Amino acid sequence: MKRVYAKEEVCIGCRLCEVACVVEHSGSKNPVKAFKGIKPRPVPRNYVDEGGPLSFSVNCRHCDEPLCVAVCIAGAMTKDEASGVVKHNAEKCAGCWSCIMACPYGVVRVDPGKNRVVKCDLCDGRGTPACVQACPNRALVFEER
Amino acid sequence: MNYVIIGNGAAAVGAVEGIRRTDKENPVTLVSNEPYRAYGRPLISNLLSGKIKEADIYLRAENFYEVQGVRPILGKRATGIDLEKNRVLLEIGDAVPFDRLLIATGGIPFIPPIRGKDGSGVYTFTTLDDAKKLAARVGKVKKAVVVGGGLIGLKAAEGLNDRGVKVTVVELADRILSSAFDRQAGDIIERRLREVGLEIILNNSVEEIVRVRGRVKGVALKSGEMVEASDVVIAIGVVPNKAIVEGTRIITNRGALTDEYMETNVAGVYAAGDVVEPTDLLLGQRRVTPIWPNAYIQGKFAGMNMAGSRKSYGGSIPMNSIEFYGIPTVSIGVSNPPGEGYEVRTSGDPAENVYRKIVFKDDRLVGAVLVGRIEKAGVLTGLIADRVDVGAFKDELLEGDFGFVRIPVETRRRILAVAR
Ligand SMILES: Cc1cc2nc3c(=O)[nH]c(=O)nc-3n(C[C@H](O)[C@H](O)[C@H](O)COP(=O)(O)OP(=O)(O)OC[C@H]3O[C@@H](n4cnc5c(N)ncnc54)[C@H](O)[C@@H]3O)c2cc1C
Repeated sequence: MKRVYAKEEVCIGCRLCEVACVVEHSGSKNPVKAFKGIKPRPVPRNYVDEGGPLSFSVNCRHCDEPLCVAVCIAGAMTKDEASGVVKHNAEKCAGCWSCIMACPYGVVRVDPGKNRVVKCDLCDGRGTPACVQACPNRALVFEER
Repeated sequence: MNYVIIGNGAAAVGAVEGIRRTDKENPVTLVSNEPYRAYGRPLISNLLSGKIKEADIYLRAENFYEVQGVRPILGKRATGIDLEKNRVLLEIGDAVPFDRLLIATGGIPFIPPIRGKDGSGVYTFTTLDDAKKLAARVGKVKKAVVVGGGLIGLKAAEGLNDRGVKVTVVELADRILSSAFDRQAGDIIERRLREVGLEIILNNSVEEIVRVRGRVKGVALKSGEMVEASDVVIAIGVVPNKAIVEGTRIITNRGALTDEYMETNVAGVYAAGDVVEPTDLLLGQRRVTPIWPNAYIQGKFAGMNMAGSRKSYGGSIPMNSIEFYGIPTVSIGVSNPPGEGYEVRTSGDPAENVYRKIVFKDDRLVGAVLVGRIEKAGVLTGLIADRVDVGAFKDELLEGDFGFVRIPVETRRRILAVAR
């Protein structure tokens, strides 16, 4: 399956991938409304890791053997066999945080102010994920490896 | 090829999904004495508290068995395993023949010999039916006692408290959650539970459930005190439910014993989940660790191996995630170092319900306890499981601002480049 991969050599640490993620998953798709109009402020489903001159975006690996699915007591996390996407059903989520405890990439987040998590859905149905499209230096690629 | 699974919990579901990885054809029969399709057992407390409805507790879609080619026999107990004729005996009806068998019978509540425990008004709290029985008492119960201040006991206490019942928890140890969490985390949660109205009695135990004309009136404690209650929940812990294999050639210790492929000493017979005594990856010895992640993952490995793969289950790492009244808490690996040779560092402000403890053995991370702030907890789990050398960034792990940038490039690329 196609996944999002980061190229640390060219990442400039601008965090536009984070912004793009929040905007894409907002109702308005407008950056100002997404960040200023929603309270508490939503979180991106990816994050930029930074230390000294080095930075790169960390995002869901859509694992073949996803631990978040294994540990989910509510059946909210599933691996879609056809697409390979690890999906999260917010309706079923019980807010037990087991997935946050298990995901070795740290990419499952608490949905601020809600008793549930959010995670990357590869911009369901969008084609190229918003984070990849937003990256000004092509430090994110969406490809099969 | 006939697959048979005894049980219908996390391990059984993992096994079905594991078998179907490679074998899409051969029939799977699943037997469970519980009359329900697979549900999220930990969610029974949410059902009791009214946070979810029964329809929301099920783990997979309604057509799960059909889609997976599984014949479920629900509401029937398996009474024995005939290893000569390779069949599972059922309490009613025919025996079920197998070529590959999985024992996924889970755990059963441990009930100490307390005087007065038999009769109405005394409950356990591990099944959907238990939750329904207790839920049916809501409105009629004013005061209840929960025996046991571990995870399950506190979950029962929370559920009852949310329904307006005055709950007293009686715990033998000098702190709650003593097996899965450390003292500091236990103390923070204890304080919070008291704030929301629970009464917690430590260093004490229930000597007798006192009845008057058969009806529960309260419990008599070892200290001599008497706590008034009409209902008592016994939740001291669960033990491997290995009754079905006892008296067979299948070797057990505390729980069923398997090799790294989840196969027992009898070829073709596998075991997974709470019934098993798996190898603890960090301690390097067998240890019963009755938690959901282990059950599902062991089930999955068992299933894959039953279907002919050869996949080694590395071992289990204890991990627990709970949230009581707004305080999320996670413990991973060695949360209470068992002896010398561990380095422990802590940070946070317990008075503010924030606390972080990191346990090292030399330059390896082996345990963590996080209270209040649990973001990216899984990164720690990953570092523990992968035995990453963390010598260069121990402090960052403690502060919680640790990033993959700190991991040497080779290791980092290995972790981030691949999908597991
Ligand atoms: C209230 C509560 C809260 C919990 N919270 C958490 C949590 O937050 N995190 C966590 O990791 N874990 C939690 N757990 C533990 C978790 O639920 C278990 O580890 C997990 O369910 C184990 O799965 P299993 O498949 O091994 O066994 P089980 O889920 O126990 O399933 C075993 C099944 O086998 C059936 N069975 C047994 N014997 C027979 C027989 N002879 N014939 C037919 N059927 C049989 C049983 O009826 C049962 O349906 C909690 C448990 C409880 C009770």
